[in-house]
Amino acid sequence: MTQYLIRRILWAAVLFVGVTLITYVLFFLLPADPARLAAGKSATAEDVERVAHQLGLDRPIHEQYGLFLKRLVVDHSLGRSYANRRSVNEMIGEAVPVTAALVIGGAILWMLIALPVGVISALRPRSLIDRATMIFILIGISAPVVWIGLLLQYFVGFKWGLTPNAGYCDVFSPPDGATCGGPADWAYHMILPWVTFAVLFAASYARMIRSNVMDTLGEDYVRTARAKGAPESLVIRRHVLRNALLPVVTMLGLDIGVALGGAIFTEAIFNLPGLGRLALNSVLNLDLPTMQGVVVFATLAIIVLNLIVDIVYAYIDPRIRLA
Amino acid sequence: MTDRVVTSDLGSGSSQSPDALLEVRDLRTYFKTDDGIVKAVDGVSFDIRPGQTVGVVGESGSGKSVTMMSILDLNPKPGRISVRDDTAPGEQMEAFLRGSKKHVSVSTGEALFRGENLLQASKRRLRALRGSEISMIFQDPMTSLNPVLTVGDQLVEAVMLHQDVTTRQARQLALEGLKEVGIPRAERRIDDYPHQFSGGMRQRVMIAMALINDPALLIADEPTTALDVTTQAQILGLIQQLQRDHGTAVVLITHDLGVVAETADDIVVMYAARVAEHAPVYSLFEQPLHPYTWGLLGSLPRLDVELERLTQIVGQPPSLLRPPRGCRFRPRCSFAFDRCRQELPEALPATFDESHLAACFLPEERKLAESKRVVTELALDSEAAA
Repeated sequence: MTQYLIRRILWAAVLFVGVTLITYVLFFLLPADPARLAAGKSATAEDVERVAHQLGLDRPIHEQYGLFLKRLVVDHSLGRSYANRRSVNEMIGEAVPVTAALVIGGAILWMLIALPVGVISALRPRSLIDRATMIFILIGISAPVVWIGLLLQYFVGFKWGLTPNAGYCDVFSPPDGATCGGPADWAYHMILPWVTFAVLFAASYARMIRSNVMDTLGEDYVRTARAKGAPESLVIRRHVLRNALLPVVTMLGLDIGVALGGAIFTEAIFNLPGLGRLALNSVLNLDLPTMQGVVVFATLAIIVLNLIVDIVYAYIDPRIRLA
Repeated sequence: MTDRVVTSDLGSGSSQSPDALLEVRDLRTYFKTDDGIVKAVDGVSFDIRPGQTVGVVGESGSGKSVTMMSILDLNPKPGRISVRDDTAPGEQMEAFLRGSKKHVSVSTGEALFRGENLLQASKRRLRALRGSEISMIFQDPMTSLNPVLTVGDQLVEAVMLHQDVTTRQARQLALEGLKEVGIPRAERRIDDYPHQFSGGMRQRVMIAMALINDPALLIADEPTTALDVTTQAQILGLIQQLQRDHGTAVVLITHDLGVVAETADDIVVMYAARVAEHAPVYSLFEQPLHPYTWGLLGSLPRLDVELERLTQIVGQPPSLLRPPRGCRFRPRCSFAFDRCRQELPEALPATFDESHLAACFLPEERKLAESKRVVTELALDSEAAA
């Protein structure tokens, strides 16, 4: 187990360097000058040069990257934003809870939908409920998140006024001058983002659970359980679901990891100040440190969740031993 | 719970014994497939007495397993109908399958377990019988155990489903069961998972699980097919020994005549969803009365007798979607004559032996003569004598 962890951490370090390096290279391949953008519209050539020097953009790429790594490892700092000179650590720190709330709430919602829907349609294939589910799955998988989000926003939020159109409220400590705050307002504002975020995943998870359950129903050990005289509810719960949901755990971990890196569309539509919006703005502003900060966090999220998935999997599936 | 019901003799040449544990009468099971309706079991009858071993032999797809699965209602999406008009049960079953979206298979007929028709028993009653009175073990021990539960958990589950005991007592019974089937260091292995056992050991676990509630009938569906030869012998020996200790009746489904020759009291030979021949084991080997059985015996590889070559039965088993008219074996039978084309033969007792049934229209003298020729050729008589 220890050996396994060490190997995983070493591998994570390699992955980390690779991803951040690629971000750097890609950034400098962009045919745009971040110093010019940061210096402002009326800046002279000297101004731009001065800004470039301040930001360290006049140095060679490998030196800049080395500096980034040194700052990160020694000072645990992601630097300051080119755009507003704020600490990137701070900005990420503010954005993470918003994205985490969106992703975790969304994940709970999509599992609450996908699990019963998937299981029931697997147990009654070709029934009315199964056909209805397949239509829902088809829509959920084919429709772009943006479209679903805008549709919900327009009808539920704007036309019917059931929920706010957009915006975010702090759960615990609303800043001074905030118009809303507290858990109730928070949840009220999160309903539409959660639903939007959950639709796509609920659909693909329902489909995955349905096919897993159907496959597992044909397994020999399910027949054994029935031959033992186990009632159908026990057969489903203990023998079918335990096995059918194993791969779902993996997918869930990976998807949450990826989503934590920024649910860009959902956050953009509902104006949530999360990582996705931060990433989007940093790209528009050519704000390398912020962009790099989001990439660092997303990479970490994926690495950590992968590790969690592996450990959980070894725990729930006795055939797998970490070595 | 198990009060005996005296059943009337159903006639049609059944060798019905009043003390039968299980009497199967005219069992039919059809399946709905994309290609049409498969008549997997089409009028099968036989008896099993308490403590007896019955070998059910036949090629793949002859309906051996489906017969047993139908009795326990373990077919996929099973429906059960009672046919009122005995003349056309098949048509009623086909109509049922075509008309039902919920069912993939349908069975009809009688399977009297201690006089109680299992084909009309409620789901609850069947659940109560399965695993406690009638147990089943399957062909592939590698896949028949749940991979995410310890063997102990799975044995305890089997006990707790049928006996009113505490978990601790159930675990004790599970441990004793594992010891009885010869699992070494059972105390430690009880908490192991199936993948930590070899194939033979897993089959032992399956046997322990099947016998843990002391059933009256054990159905072993090709229990040794997936195992290597030395393990096969051990598992068969174990089943025989446990059968003697517990007085369990055993149905041994196999495609290997050699397996049943050593273990069975009675042999049922199935061909194309029907019973071809049903006889005590000595009678079947000494005096086989069905052309298909002659073919089977001829294709049995043997070490003790020098044969020119193994004979094979020409042709393929018929499609059960559209079985041939008349006798099912007729297209492959070198003895077939006009009547075989027109009528479907029932398994009827021989005049000289009530217990020997064969579904063949050949005159008895002809059967006996051919039988004698086959037996002499294969030197089966010398073996029987020895």
